Formats: sequence, structure tokens, C-alpha cells
Amino acid sequence: MSLRTGRPGTSAGPVTGPAPAAPRRRRVDWPAWRAFILLTAPLVVGLVVFKYVAMGWGLLLSFSNARGTIALGDWAGLANYRALLDDPRFRTSLSMIVVFTLVIVPLTFAIALGLAVLVNRLRRGRALFRTTFFLPAAVSYVVASLIWKMSLFSGVPSSAANSLAALFGQEPTAWIATVDPPLYWVVLITVRLWLQIGLYMILFLAGMQEIPGELYEAARVDGAAGEWRLFRHITFPLLRNTSVAVTLLLVIASFQAFDEFYNLLSTGLAGAPGPDGRPPLVYLYDVSLVQQDYGVGSAGAFVVTLLIVVVTLVQGRLVGLGRKDGE
Amino acid sequence: MTERPSRRGRRFPVGSYLAAVVFAVPFLLPFYLLLRNSLMTQAELGALEWHWWPEKISFTGFTDAFDNSTVPLGRALLNSALVAVISAPVSTLLASMTGYAVARIRVAAARPVFVLVVATMMVPGAATFVPTFVVVGSMGGVNTLWGLIVPGLFNALAVLLFRGFYLRFPQEIEDAGRIDGLGHLGVYLRLALPNSAGLLAALGVLSFIEHWNSFLWPLVIGQDPAFWTVQVAMSTNLTSQAINLPALFASAVISVIPLALVFLAAQRYIVRGIMATGIKG
Repeated sequence: MSLRTGRPGTSAGPVTGPAPAAPRRRRVDWPAWRAFILLTAPLVVGLVVFKYVAMGWGLLLSFSNARGTIALGDWAGLANYRALLDDPRFRTSLSMIVVFTLVIVPLTFAIALGLAVLVNRLRRGRALFRTTFFLPAAVSYVVASLIWKMSLFSGVPSSAANSLAALFGQEPTAWIATVDPPLYWVVLITVRLWLQIGLYMILFLAGMQEIPGELYEAARVDGAAGEWRLFRHITFPLLRNTSVAVTLLLVIASFQAFDEFYNLLSTGLAGAPGPDGRPPLVYLYDVSLVQQDYGVGSAGAFVVTLLIVVVTLVQGRLVGLGRKDGE
Repeated sequence: MTERPSRRGRRFPVGSYLAAVVFAVPFLLPFYLLLRNSLMTQAELGALEWHWWPEKISFTGFTDAFDNSTVPLGRALLNSALVAVISAPVSTLLASMTGYAVARIRVAAARPVFVLVVATMMVPGAATFVPTFVVVGSMGGVNTLWGLIVPGLFNALAVLLFRGFYLRFPQEIEDAGRIDGLGHLGVYLRLALPNSAGLLAALGVLSFIEHWNSFLWPLVIGQDPAFWTVQVAMSTNLTSQAINLPALFASAVISVIPLALVFLAAQRYIVRGIMATGIKG
């Protein structure tokens, strides 16, 4: 029992005997502190300024009248939040993004998982196909919007979509310019699918590498052959952690959609897309950068942030995140 | 047991290859259109008939792209290059430094600092562009290079990943370094940092792509054409009234090529980085 050496700070020390007044007792390790501060200060200062101060200032601004100014002091109580929630354009943007999320998340999930299974079955040329499905991840939303708006789904008869439709005897369609029928949804959904599927396919592929091959062999010996049954009883259940992560990432990304909506549906830098196709971030851009109402803009930032945090937490709770910690 | 099935014994999955080829078409079609359109003329792009390839390859799109005086493409490309080339290594290194310190230096502040950093991950980045704009604007960062770059240098998720990596860094190596007279900084710079080259490369390449392609923040902070990135420049053309389509597609080709090359060359690191970030994210 090394009571004395092991616990130099206990009150038992002085009583039990003439212990040498522990010289290392709570000595501040200055070299360690110096190294710690040198290593962490740049990032910590940056986060404090650009996250904590920004959020604090934004919170105060959201309770201020701040049209054309970012100065505090002209308090407005909850007026900005009330104005925001009373604005039908903001409410439309919220319901719009919920619908968008409900469509894009399952679609991306299913196609990414399907492609991962497919690529995993290939023996030769696996890398080639993986790269093919993954390559769009190198393209920006702006460039993809350009291709979608001006070539794939442009209104001219020679666009890819209209040329394809012509093969089936269809007349050329204005894909983006019409609200009725809302064909712009096809454009919005496909462009995001193209850009993000590859990334989530990689995540699923990574998850599949963790599944021991013996499980499949054992199942085959037991006569549980059939690719679908193997997928349903082995692959999919064992991808649970990956599936949870993918769903969370997809939802967070969807709620923050901005780039493709702005570039596909707006008609000018200051112009904003119509109310039907405007997600919250485009609305906030319009309010704060175009109309320069930083009070309402900040209030909107907090409403959207709160929404994302709540959805993430609820979703995490629903799927039992943390019940089985991976690491 | 003479008929032990060899590993290649199962049938060649013809159906899977067929499906993979069919799926590959829509993934490659946009790349093909991008290239084709950049080599066409405005008249050909507005034609009634679909053309698989321009009748006569035209490079006027590429010259026109740089001749546009209202949208300075050369300057925009330079800005994008500066942003990505500075942001990728700096943000990755900052995260590595902090990750090492909170993982391996035992001071009372380690835990609080780690919590302070990780707590910021709760707040989604893009959704809070208004508060960030307010702070950067108050510091005079609108229409400056630092306003474009600095707010994007602090990556809490990367700190989390580096901390996980350095926690597993062998104590014996650190002890050996200590015996050789290295301090905390020495152990980090001479031993831990070189040993994390793989993770540095993975997160660095991801960060490069992210910064080159980012759009919302550059749009918000670079209001003067001199501070547009290539994404903002292309978006300006795309959302304007009169569009020179071949020039726009040509500038898109120019903006995609460097990234596609980085992507193909560093795919191994990209995959590793995504696996690291995605699974924990």
C-alpha cells in the first residue's frame, strides 16, 4: 500500500507520520502549460471570435431593431421573431425544406446503399466504377446547377431532357420556369442526388468492409442463400451505425440547402426565386444581405439552427444513438 | 472434399456489371455535356436538334470567358486558388495542434478546452452565416481576402478526429522522445505530427475540395468583383440576363479540371478522410 506516494494530496498525509512535505504537490507544470497554450490558442481564439462571439452578437441582434446596421442598442423584444414567423414566405420556406428533406434523404440513402452493394459485388473494375459514381463529389453545386439549368433540363428542344422526351413523342417542356406543374422539383432533386450519392456510397462501402466474410459463408452453408436474404439478414443490420450516421448527415445537409436553389431558381444576384422554391437559407440571404435587416436575419439563423438541432436530437433518440457506442 | 470451391468458383456477376454500366451513364452524362457545350458555339447550343458533338470545335468560349470585363474570371480563379491553397493546410494543421494538445498534454485546461471546441459542432455551419457575417463585417472583413479565408480555418470536427488519433499514439514513442530531451512541442513536431501524415493528407485534401467549391460564404463576404471566387463569378454569369453560354461552360470546365485532377490523384486519401469524418460525424 503506497498510500503516501500515491495520494500526496490527501489529508491523511500529515497525520500518519513525518512524511516529507511532498515536494511535487500540485506544482504547476509551466512547460506543459506553455506548450498547451501555444498549440491550442490559434484555433480556440478563432472559434471564440467566429463562433461564440458571433452567436452571442447574433442572439442580441435578433432582439434588436437592426435595419441597415449591425449595432446593438435599439431593443425590439421578440418583434423580429414575430415578424419572421408571421411572414408567409418564411413559413413556406420551412414547409418547403421539410418536404425536400423527406424526398431527398430516403432517395439518396436508398440509391447510395444500392450502388454500394452493387460495387461491392464487382470483382474486377471495382475501383473504376467506384470512381465513376464518386467523381461528381469533386464538382461544385454552382457548376452542377449550370449543367442542369442550361443543358440537361433547359427549355430548348435540344436539351438532354427534352431530346429524350421527344423520343417518346413529348413536346419540349420548360423544366425550371414553370410552377405548375412543379417540374423544377425534378431538377432540384436530381442535381443533389448526382452531387451527393457518391459520398454516401463510400460511407456504406466502408461499413461493408467491416462485416466479416465468414458471416456470409456461414449463412450459405446454412442454406440461407439468395442475395436478397443475405442483404436483409446480414448486410443491412450490420450497417446500422453507418446508416444512422448517413441519415443524420443527409438531414443536416438538406436543411442547409442553399447553392442549387439560389443558382437554379434565381434570376439575378438580387432577385430571389419564387416563394415555392425558396428554402430557409435563401430566405435569410434575401432578408439580411439584400434587404439588410440583420435583426430578422439573425432571428432566422437561430430558428433554423434550433430546428436542425431539435431534428438531429429527436432523430438520434429515435434510432437509439448512443445506446451502442461504436468507439 | 476434393471439390473445394475456389474463390473464383462463383459465377461471374454479369448482371451486376450490366447494372453498373447502366447506372454509370447518368453519372457521366453531365461531365460529357459540360465538355461538349464548352466547345460549341452559342448558335449550336440554342439549336433545335440534339448534337452529340459540335460540328466544328470552337474555342471561343474559352477566350470569351477571360474577356468578360464585368466578371473577371482570371482574378476569380486566383482568389479561389488562394483560398483553397491557404485554407486546406492551415485549417488542418490548426486542428492537429489542438487535437494533440487536448489528447496528450495533461493540464487542467485540457478538458474544458476540448468541450469548448466540440460544443461548436452542435451549431450547423451554413445556417449561422448571418451572425458570422455580422462579426466579420464589424471587423472590416467585407471585401477582403482575410474575411474570405479566416472564418473557415477553425474545424472542430477535425480536432475531434485528430484527438482520437493522438490518443492512440504510443506512449513509448513519446517517452523515448522525452528521454532524448524533447519537450511537449518537440514530441509533437518531431514525432506525433510526422506520424499523422496520413490523416493530415486525408483531411487536407477534403478541406481543399470543400474550400474550392464553397459558395455561400464567398457570396456573402465578397461583394466587390475583385473578391469574387470562381464559384461566385460563375454564379453571377449564370443568374444574369444575357448569358454567353459557351463562355460559361468553358469557365466551368476550367474550374473543374484542377479539382478533378486532385480528386483522381488523391482518391485514396479522400476516401480515408470521408470514412474518418462520416462515421464519427
